[in-house]
Amino acid sequence: MKVRVLVRLKPGVLDPQGRAVHHALEGLGFAGVEDVRIGRLIELDVADGTDPAALNEMCEKLLANTVIENFTIETEGGA
Amino acid sequence: MGFRAAVVTFPGSNCDRDMVTALEAVSGQPALRVWHGDADLPDRLDLIALPGGFSYGDYLRSGAMAAMSPIMRAVVAAAGRGVPVLGVCNGFQVLTEARLLPGALMRNAGQRFVCRTVELQVANTDSLFTSGFAADETLRVPVAHHDGNYFADEATLDRLEGEGRIAFRYAQNCNGSARDIAGVLSANGRVLGMMPHPERAIEPAAVNALGGTDGRRLFDNILASLATA
Repeated sequence: MKVRVLVRLKPGVLDPQGRAVHHALEGLGFAGVEDVRIGRLIELDVADGTDPAALNEMCEKLLANTVIENFTIETEGGA
Repeated sequence: MGFRAAVVTFPGSNCDRDMVTALEAVSGQPALRVWHGDADLPDRLDLIALPGGFSYGDYLRSGAMAAMSPIMRAVVAAAGRGVPVLGVCNGFQVLTEARLLPGALMRNAGQRFVCRTVELQVANTDSLFTSGFAADETLRVPVAHHDGNYFADEATLDRLEGEGRIAFRYAQNCNGSARDIAGVLSANGRVLGMMPHPERAIEPAAVNALGGTDGRRLFDNILASLATA
């Protein structure tokens, strides 16, 4: 079973990388970009029927730093 | 009884030898070396030091992989028993990832790696690391980091200030850290994490061009505090 974990900086946490990329897009002439935030996509291949609670624990213990980041877990097929 | 300090080396640590040299110069005792894969620490330690560097290549987040290494379980347990722990630079990042200290160290606000000597203001003079400093004294200590931008939520920052747990502040903020924070203490004051490198400031300028002995005083404080404990 494929699982996608999206790790994003919490709202309000300054994202210097996102800001630099935003400026670079403007420098390339792309108008109308309001904001850029950079996160991380982690793809996992886990055994079918893996407990969602275990996936949650993986995120809280290692994949995300919940001091600064939120995470969402998407399992294949939208389950 | 001799001073017993252990320095942990992770794959990618690069200030471990500097830390050993500083500890040995100040204490006159050999420092013990510990490898990240070790499950146990030496017994009767007076100090555990987590050095600077780029442990595990900063994979995932700075300090994140090192925080999961076998030796860190022993470090967390030792800290729980009150063994003093000093984390410098990457060591500070490891301490936050291991949740021995609150907050997180993010990419510098200016995006650049910052490598220079900075002025620090002493914000705590009660801990075993800081008891020999004068309140609001200015120290000169080198920094060298890319991820030194200290972040914690407002409630946590208020609590740290209220409990006197901010050890050092930058006189001029060099990385975007919340409230100019350069070093943070645990609730019991026996774990210190700091981005600046005291182990790089243990010799007078005449001997070492990077120069200065303000870092040495932090190690002197540790020894003096343990001697009177």
